[in-house]
Amino acid sequence: MKCGIVVFPGSNCDHDVYHVLSHVLEQETTFLWHQETSLEGCELVVLPGGFSYGDYLRAGSMAAHSPIMAAVRRHAEAGGRVLGICNGFQMLLETGLLPGAMRRNRDLRFLSVDVHLRVERDDLAWCSHYRRGDVLRMPVAHAEGNYVDTGEALDELERRGQVVFRYVDAAGRREPAANLNGSERAIAGICNAGGNVLGLMPHPERCAEEMLGNRDGLGLLAGAVAGGGRVGALAAAGGQGR
Amino acid sequence: MTSRTSRHAEGPEGRFVARVLVYPRAEVLDPQGRAIEDALGRIGFDGVRRIRAGKSFEVALEAADEEQATEAVDRMCRQLLANPIVEDYTVEWVSE
Repeated sequence: MKCGIVVFPGSNCDHDVYHVLSHVLEQETTFLWHQETSLEGCELVVLPGGFSYGDYLRAGSMAAHSPIMAAVRRHAEAGGRVLGICNGFQMLLETGLLPGAMRRNRDLRFLSVDVHLRVERDDLAWCSHYRRGDVLRMPVAHAEGNYVDTGEALDELERRGQVVFRYVDAAGRREPAANLNGSERAIAGICNAGGNVLGLMPHPERCAEEMLGNRDGLGLLAGAVAGGGRVGALAAAGGQGR
Repeated sequence: MTSRTSRHAEGPEGRFVARVLVYPRAEVLDPQGRAIEDALGRIGFDGVRRIRAGKSFEVALEAADEEQATEAVDRMCRQLLANPIVEDYTVEWVSE
């Protein structure tokens, strides 16, 4: 699958995603500069982590109005896959492609730590290498990951099954102490109603190889490019997530 | 979302200056405001009932008339300066 990683001034996880998609999963992968207006035929568009525009105004708010975002919006609305990781998730919220908003973390600290996530959906291509209820370990690195929306909007999100990942403890239980940034309903990642747009705060690209000590994130990126089918690199190595 | 507009200040023809104040919505937890509130208590300011930490923007613009200036600033607020899910904004007009 042809993959495009959008590069904004201040993106700093673009090369990490590129490495996993291009070298680990062996997909045709290209960088897309934010000033471009074409996605160059990419089927998967990744909005990577970082500090686009120095997090001016609100994290992701300036990037949401970049020239390329009009093309990203059209791609998403046509059912194309868009993955927003960390700052990319914040951009998806600011563009309205995903509902909700981010506040400063509950304790006002920048969090750079491994968290546990519970997989809430396994019927989406993104999660085709996981099972519902799997507990994954992934790093987070953010100051504004405290997800919020109105009560009614959160109920609607739950009712439509758009919560894909939740912060849990190592045993998979929802505990306030495991929800470090204070997100409403322990939300770590959500999708749109169509399931083709996914945003999450944790970084799957930083835990996608055995030599890094954790490959729980590989399944997500493999799912992102595999049309729901299993790809060689992953299938050969056995399942993902425990 | 609220938008309060006072009479536009007198200025050169077609030139307006708006001060936009953006605050976290009342029902949204404002962790920065809470931290400042706690700090004020620690350094001896008793009786502070609430702090809300917001942002302010000065927008100098040209427009055909007051109505267009108001409309433009309101759209700026809704599309970029404030995030209506978590923030309210007010607009005041000031002299340059």
